[in-house]
Amino acid sequence: MYAPQILIEAALNGLMTGAVYALIALGLTLVYGVLHIINFAHGALLTCAMFAVWGAFALFHVDPYWAMIGVVPLMFGAGYGLQRFVIGPASHGSDNNVLLVTLGLSIVLENALLALFRSDTRALDSDAALQVVELGPLLLSTPRVIGFLAAIAVTGVLWLVLNRTDTGRAIRAVAREKLGARLVGIEVDHVYAVTFGLGCACLAVAACLLMPTYYVNPRSGAAFVLVAFTIVVLGGMGSIAGALVGGLIIGVVESFSGLLLGDSLGQIGIFLIFILVLLVRPTGLFGARA
Amino acid sequence: MSARDLLPVILVLGVLAALPFLGLSGTLLNFLVTTLIIALAGLGWNVLGGFGGQYSFGHAAFFGTGAYATAVLQVKFGWNAWGALAAGIGLGTLVGLAIGYLSFRAGLRGSYFALVTLAFAEVFRILANTADITGGAAGLLLKLQPGLSTLQFADRRYFVLLVLAFVGLALLASRWLERSRFGAHLIAVRENEEAARALGVDALAVKLRAIALSAAITAAAGGLYVQYFLYLDAGVAYGTWISVEALLAPIVGGIGTAFGPLVGALALQGLGELTKHLAGGIPGVDLVVFGACLIAVIAFAPQGLLGLRRRAARGKAAPVGA
Repeated sequence: MYAPQILIEAALNGLMTGAVYALIALGLTLVYGVLHIINFAHGALLTCAMFAVWGAFALFHVDPYWAMIGVVPLMFGAGYGLQRFVIGPASHGSDNNVLLVTLGLSIVLENALLALFRSDTRALDSDAALQVVELGPLLLSTPRVIGFLAAIAVTGVLWLVLNRTDTGRAIRAVAREKLGARLVGIEVDHVYAVTFGLGCACLAVAACLLMPTYYVNPRSGAAFVLVAFTIVVLGGMGSIAGALVGGLIIGVVESFSGLLLGDSLGQIGIFLIFILVLLVRPTGLFGARA
Repeated sequence: MSARDLLPVILVLGVLAALPFLGLSGTLLNFLVTTLIIALAGLGWNVLGGFGGQYSFGHAAFFGTGAYATAVLQVKFGWNAWGALAAGIGLGTLVGLAIGYLSFRAGLRGSYFALVTLAFAEVFRILANTADITGGAAGLLLKLQPGLSTLQFADRRYFVLLVLAFVGLALLASRWLERSRFGAHLIAVRENEEAARALGVDALAVKLRAIALSAAITAAAGGLYVQYFLYLDAGVAYGTWISVEALLAPIVGGIGTAFGPLVGALALQGLGELTKHLAGGIPGVDLVVFGACLIAVIAFAPQGLLGLRRRAARGKAAPVGA
C-alpha cells in the first residue's frame, strides 16, 4: 500500500483544501438557510472574485491577501445588488424561478468573462506558491496553511455576526419566520440582500485564499460549485457547522479518492456521496428539517 | 385527439418540411438540423419539467445515453443504425426510470431534484470520459457511410425530414398530454402533489411515466445528434450545455405547452446565430444573450413567447380593465 507519510500528507492536504471548500459552501448554505433558495450562480460569482484578485495583482501588484480589503466589500455590494434588484424582483417569489434566474445569471457571468478574458488560464505570477512550512517530517505549502487558518477564522467571524449582532439576529429571524419578522419591523428584502451579500463576501475571501496556489479561467468556479453543493447537502442545508465539517470531510475524501483512483476518476467519489446523501438522508448530518 | 388537435401539428410540420426544399444553403440546413435536435431535447424536458413541474438540470444524462448507445452499438458491435438508435432510446428511457425511481421515491423535488439530476449527469460524464467502451477522452467517430441502413444521408435535406419525424412524434405526445387523463394527472401533480394524491392520483407512478417519456424523447435527440455529426465525446454527450439548452427552449418558448420548445429553440438558436454574427469572433456572447433571455422571460413573460402572443390576443379582445 502507501507509506504512512503519504497518507498523512494526503489527509492534511485534504483538510486544507476542505477548509477553503467549506468557505465556499458557507456562502451557499447561508443563502439557503435564509432565503431557502439554491444559488446556482455561486460558482460564477466565485470566478468573478478570482478574476478580481488576479486583476488587482496583474495591474497594481496587490498581494492577494491584501486584495481582500477591496474584493470583499466589492463582492458584498455585488451580491446585495444582485439579490435586491435582479434575483428578487425577477423570480416573483417562486423557488423554481429563483433556480432558473440564478442559472441564467451564472450563464451570463461565465460567458461574459469568457468574452472578456477568453478561455486562457491565468495564475498569479509570484513564488508564494512554492513556500513551505515544515511540520516535523512533513512539508506543507504555506498558502494552503494560511488558507486553512483563515477559512476557520472566517467561519468563526460569520458565526459571531449571526449570533451576536443585530443584523445577525434579523437574519436569523427572517430565516425562522419571514412573516413574523416583517411584523416586528424587519425589512425582509433588505435582510435577504444582506444575506446574499454575505454569501458573496465569503466567496471573495475564498478567492483571495485560492489564488496564490490556484489558477483562474472563466470555468474555474464551476469546478467548485458542485463540490460546494455536495458539502451543503452533506452538512445539512443552512447549517454553518455542517458546512465546515462537510467541507473538511469532502476535502479529505477528494484527496484520498484522487490518490487511490487517479485524478480523472477521483472526482466521482464526491458526486456519489452527493447522490447518496440526497437519496438517503436529504437533511444531511446537521440538518433539522427536510 | 380530434382533428382540431392534430391540425396545428400537421401545419407546422408541413412548413418545416418544405423549408429545406426552398434552396437553403448548407449553413442554413445545418442550423435547421441543430435547432430541431435541440427542440426535440426541449420537447423531452418539457414533458417532465413543463407538464410535470419537476425541473431537471441534468437532461444530458438521457441525451448522452441515447447518443453513446447509438454510437457504441454501431462502432463496437456492428449494429445496424436503426437498431442502435432504437436501443439508444430504450436505454435512455431505462436511465430515466432509474434516476426517477431513486429520486422520486426519496421524495426529492424542487431544487433537490434539480441538483440530483445535475449530479447524475456529471457522474455519467466522468465515467464516459474514462471508460474504454466509450472511447474515453478521445471520443468516438462513426464511419462516414451514407445509406438507409446507416441512417446517413449524402443530402442533408433528408436528415431534416428524419429529425422532423421525431419532432412530430414528440409534438403529438405533448398534444396528447394536453388532452389525456394521464396529462391531467401529471398537471395535477405539478400544481399540488398533496391534493392530487388526496384525490387518488398515484403521484409516484405518474412522475415515473413522465420521466420515462421525457428521457425517451431526449435520448432520441442524442441518438440523432451523433447520427448527424458522426462524432461524440463525453463533454458533448453529457455536458451541461445540452441540459441548459433542453430547459431554455421550453421556458423561453412557453413552458408546459406543446409548441413551446419548438418556438423557443427556433427563437434562441436564431438569436444566437445573429449575435455570433454581430459579435464577430468573440466567444460566449451568444450564451450571454441566452442567459439574459432566460432571466428576462422569467421576470417579464413567465408563460414564454407563446404566452406573450396569447396575452396580446386577449388584450385585443378585452381592451379595458381586463
